[in-house]
Amino acid sequence: MLSTLGGGGGKPAKPSFVSYVTPEEINQTEKECSRKEKHPDLLPGEVIFCSAGPVLKSIKDDLFQRVVYGTLLCTNFRVSFISDEAPSDEEAAQLFKNKLYGENDIPLTCVDHIYGGFDDKKKLIISGFVKNKYPSKIIVCCKDLRLFHFSLAYAKEEDAKKIFQGIVYHCLEPKSLKCVFAFSYGEKTLLNKENQTKPKTVMFDTSEDWAQEIKRTKGNCKLISNNADFSISAKLPQFFIVPTHVTQEDLTKFDGKGIPIWCWSHHSGCALFKTASLPLMQEDASSQLYKSYMEGMLNAVAQTHLYSVKTEELSDSLPTVQDIQQSYSKFKQFFLLDNTNDFWMTDVKWFSSLEGSCWLDIIRQCLAKAVEVVECLEKENTNVLIMEEEGSDLCCVISSLVQLMFDPYYRTLGGFQSLIQKEWVMGGHRFLDRCNHLHLKDKEQSQAPVFLLFLESVWQLQQQYPPAFQFSETYLTVLSDSIDVSVFSTFLFNSPHHMASIAKAMLEPGQRSPVNWPTVWDWSVQFDSRAQDFFINPLYMERSRQDKAPRKMPRPKHQRHQSLPSSAFKFSPSAKKGFLKDETDSLKKMLRVKRLSRWMNSPDSAQASTREFFVAWQRRPLDYHGLLLPCLEGPTLRLWSQRYLRWIPEAQIFGGGSITILKKLADLLAEVQDLRGNLDRQACRADFNHQGVVARAKSSIQLSSAFPFTMPRSRSFKPAIPIGPLHSLITDSLADQEDEENLGIV
Amino acid sequence: MEKSGSADSLGSKRSSSRQPSVDSLTSTNTTRSDRSAHLRSAVSPDAASARTDLGAEVLKESSRIAEGELQLLPRESVQDTASDVTYICPFLGAIRGSLTVTNYRLFFKCLDKDPAFVLDLPVGVISRVEKIGAISAQGEVSFGLVCKDIRNLRFAHRYQEGSLKKSIFELVNKFAFPVSNALRMFAFEYGQPFPENGWKVYDPLAEYKRQGLPNESWRITKANEHYDVCETYPATLVVPANIPDEELKRVAAFRAKGRIPVLSWIHPETQATVTRCSQPMVGVNGKRSKEDEKHLQAIMDANAQSHKLFIFDARPPVNAAANKMKGGGFESEDAYQNAELVFLDIHNIHVMRESLRKLKEVVYPNIEESHWLSNLESTHWLEHIKLILAGALRIADKVESGKTSVVVHCSDGWDRTAQLSSLAMLMLDGFYRTLRGFQVLVEKEWLSFGHRFQLRIGHGDRNHTDADRSPVFLQFIDCVWQMTRQFPAAFEFNEFFLITILDHLYSCLFGTFLCNSEQQRLEEDLPKRTVSLWSYINSQHEEFTNPLYVDYANHVLYPVVSMRHLELWVGYYIRWNPRMRPQEPLHQHYRELLAKRAELQRKVEELQREVAGRAAVAPPEKAGSPAGSPVQTCV
Repeated sequence: MLSTLGGGGGKPAKPSFVSYVTPEEINQTEKECSRKEKHPDLLPGEVIFCSAGPVLKSIKDDLFQRVVYGTLLCTNFRVSFISDEAPSDEEAAQLFKNKLYGENDIPLTCVDHIYGGFDDKKKLIISGFVKNKYPSKIIVCCKDLRLFHFSLAYAKEEDAKKIFQGIVYHCLEPKSLKCVFAFSYGEKTLLNKENQTKPKTVMFDTSEDWAQEIKRTKGNCKLISNNADFSISAKLPQFFIVPTHVTQEDLTKFDGKGIPIWCWSHHSGCALFKTASLPLMQEDASSQLYKSYMEGMLNAVAQTHLYSVKTEELSDSLPTVQDIQQSYSKFKQFFLLDNTNDFWMTDVKWFSSLEGSCWLDIIRQCLAKAVEVVECLEKENTNVLIMEEEGSDLCCVISSLVQLMFDPYYRTLGGFQSLIQKEWVMGGHRFLDRCNHLHLKDKEQSQAPVFLLFLESVWQLQQQYPPAFQFSETYLTVLSDSIDVSVFSTFLFNSPHHMASIAKAMLEPGQRSPVNWPTVWDWSVQFDSRAQDFFINPLYMERSRQDKAPRKMPRPKHQRHQSLPSSAFKFSPSAKKGFLKDETDSLKKMLRVKRLSRWMNSPDSAQASTREFFVAWQRRPLDYHGLLLPCLEGPTLRLWSQRYLRWIPEAQIFGGGSITILKKLADLLAEVQDLRGNLDRQACRADFNHQGVVARAKSSIQLSSAFPFTMPRSRSFKPAIPIGPLHSLITDSLADQEDEENLGIV
Repeated sequence: MEKSGSADSLGSKRSSSRQPSVDSLTSTNTTRSDRSAHLRSAVSPDAASARTDLGAEVLKESSRIAEGELQLLPRESVQDTASDVTYICPFLGAIRGSLTVTNYRLFFKCLDKDPAFVLDLPVGVISRVEKIGAISAQGEVSFGLVCKDIRNLRFAHRYQEGSLKKSIFELVNKFAFPVSNALRMFAFEYGQPFPENGWKVYDPLAEYKRQGLPNESWRITKANEHYDVCETYPATLVVPANIPDEELKRVAAFRAKGRIPVLSWIHPETQATVTRCSQPMVGVNGKRSKEDEKHLQAIMDANAQSHKLFIFDARPPVNAAANKMKGGGFESEDAYQNAELVFLDIHNIHVMRESLRKLKEVVYPNIEESHWLSNLESTHWLEHIKLILAGALRIADKVESGKTSVVVHCSDGWDRTAQLSSLAMLMLDGFYRTLRGFQVLVEKEWLSFGHRFQLRIGHGDRNHTDADRSPVFLQFIDCVWQMTRQFPAAFEFNEFFLITILDHLYSCLFGTFLCNSEQQRLEEDLPKRTVSLWSYINSQHEEFTNPLYVDYANHVLYPVVSMRHLELWVGYYIRWNPRMRPQEPLHQHYRELLAKRAELQRKVEELQREVAGRAAVAPPEKAGSPAGSPVQTCV
């Protein structure tokens, strides 16, 4: 049944259909046609908690506001709206369908905020218990920036109350990890382990994976594999790599803190390490202990390669996790717009609002820090140890960015996934706490989109050097959405130990087999293979065969030995650069310097040096398979428009956007491949089929910039005409002047 | 053929500049000198076109360009050379070298650096030469050159006191401002022949014929053949069929500067039209003109699809009202029945000039990183761009979706009106998005309809504070660029084409943008005495074409005019900053793919032929059997 009501909000100016049927009548007709059971196609292990109907969902079709009737359900996985309208069966819409949730489904963990609409007021809902009146409208803001308006006005009162309470309870109230859908889902689905991800992803859950990695980068460190039962520390992964001089005794001292964990080795032999820092600054009995321990660790880092070491306490120069959260909460609000009016009102001060949120600036800071680290490794060939309190937030951001800039392997789809496995999943990033999917009150403080910040930074890099990345922008957007789909083990736990202990607990009540949560890298869980084609960047320039020969770095090692001072530490020639600190003397001295440097160290000097490094790099010919440095000048950092603007109809370019070229390129690539295939076949036989090429040549003109996430629905597209005050007031005498003052002159 | 030092497409040019890897501190100027070379090459079509004709010899020529040799154009002559001049580069610091001034260009080179540093610009881009400060302790004087293309150059050189020799910058002053110094512009000297004559690109009758004109409702009139109806209008006009020529004169009396409502574009299906004019001379007393009212009624009646007419007044309502004091104003809806008046809030030329001045401050030479976005916002530049695009969008929407005819005007109908009508036509008609179609658009809506280029740019005029100068045409090109960003496959031309147009807007090498009107151009005999920019461009059009172009045919483009999609044109406004790495040339990759496809297609055909030949000799075993044909799956 299809019914349309007059504009449900926003701008009532456009005369639309007027309903002459009262709500009661609608209810009756609804009953009469004995509403057939409306169920979504439930996933394995999915259970419906409650449902209500008829519920009105207001949608914007090509800028016109209209409403759709349907049923609202809440299951243990999602809030789902089942439209009474026939689903759009457009081929294009099906093309990029997510198998777990559709366009009218909101995974419970994807809900960001819920607002209640009381008549014309909007109130943030924090609990399911409402004193007086239940809201007649529910507005759901999602973490993937979709916005849903549901009206409960026509549902039966107790139904409305039930669904409202149900949704609020399941989306916002604290819950235990076991209630997350992944657990019911994992029980009911059997994953075939063999069906591993298409691009091979290294999971880093075996010692072989680590051994392979250190071999690949020609690192010279030792693999620790006796943490398989987490006996060394629950904070560390089962397998990890440390400098060879770290002893077994060192490992067990401070519960994993202070141990330099190897991340990646540069071809010159120097390497990047990260660690959770010990509270060195405290003046208590244990601090002396910490200091001497740290000194030993730095020695170990240095002696491995007889290089100088630079340490960098990331919390000194980068925003805190709280800053990141605060900035992002401000930033995302710009994209959760109720109506057209809001869109144009916020357009006037768009740039200063963006700047005010600081989000782009935080991305810039992270990229700049990564460039600094790259500079140390590439130019000065020093070992770098980055640290922060837990060693699993900004350490992960910076170390992964550094590796992405250096290593073309990580810019392939499989390599990128392996990198996330290595640095984030095994590196113990606290995904569960940072996402706070459980809505625990005591974890609210630790909620922060750190992983998203990393993806944003990757997007900026990819934007600047598209041919260097095998994965597409769409891939990054989908990955950022997947964080909030509570099905994947990847983002469900705080550490490998956390995951292992939960899995073990699950196993105890005599189960047949261990629970198998899919990892996010098994993309077939979400998308069929045709949709997965969108993950590939058609601009990617594959390394040609002759390039593949390993680059020999002609940096003679003995030279280093010659210049070594008797102490393990080498004086770095560029002492002027105080940002990453040289370990030139005892730790005590270092600490003093560090304290001073907080005040003395003008970040400008480091900036100038980094800029010089960038300019020197820029002078060399660009190699998409070599080192990549991002340009960080103001105009080059941009808004990730696909992620943030895809659901806003006013911001969609019909028939335009970068998708028009990307699609054309993808088509062309496929065509070349077809022809090549034909050529191979033709060599032996006469058949030739032109059809594939013809069928593919579907025009990109019918797409919009939000493709593949949204499709323009109707053929008659209306442009978005700005409304409201267009000008921020120009108070200028010039505005009153006449165009032509001296008409005589020709 | 590989071009080394000359006009390749913007992107690929820059990437090739990266090829020589020099690890010295000085080589930062690869980019810079390269860009100067690039500008130069854009400016020296002789080298480029000769190359297409003469192959090998030209290779030598272009390699000499790379070495930093001055390549003179036909009838370009060196006026003076001063050695020991210091160019104070805001990015690289002081560079010592020699400075040469010709009757066309300023050429600075420093060969001590590796690769050589070259700065090569037409003196036409200079808007102001000023001496900065007094003679320094080292006996040096500083000169600042303010340029129209968003950069300032600063030089210092030793000043020989008492010597009779004049400073070389006095020569710059002389040749940069030929109009003020009663000299001929270089465009009149330059006589490079090109295989195509660009002055023939636009033939009004052919263009109107393309649009299906004349038809039963619209006629082509020669009433303005002698420019006596309106001296700033072209000779050929399209007016409603039932308005006789003698009435046009009476309408002209009621429109500012006699700029009567005439047709710019007609919708091929609905017959809805875009017409343009100047403001009506309503004045404080609300004067009316029967003929003007009849004229607009006729415009409306010519479109059977709609019984309404939209009048878009580009100005803010306050300014439109203020014009009544000077005899102008706007149409009252009482006098013009069935007409609806809409104001588009676009500001005047002075506001635009000031906005560009602020923008230059923000982007040149250095960008303040932390406040970039708010600084950009404070210039209002993109806000003006947004308003112009929004205006054009509303016009295009009314014509396309509303099937309603529109009348566009501002005060005089040659600045904002030209912006709006041409942008609306660009959205509505795919022809104007081709390389040649765009030339027709510029020739028609801007040049023939009397946008006062001479006055707005101030070609060769020393008076840099002239209030008549304004970046109106630059704004139009910026708007076009914004559209190409949003629809990267819908335009046949590329970014380099737009930049080349802007470079030659100032260079005074070509006659295209000289003078203020068609009448003046004919008086000056420009088509005979000067070369058209389009001659140069069309002689090597592959440099300017977008390989990603898909013919959108009749598809109407509606750009999104929100700040979320508008961006500053880095490739133009910030191109002098070597740290701003331009977007990598995807086009290059695309060209490779196209070549690969062509090659594979050829191979397939070859093999097919071969197989067919073989089949003719011996019957094929299973050829053509359905089981054998590979089924393609499509993406």
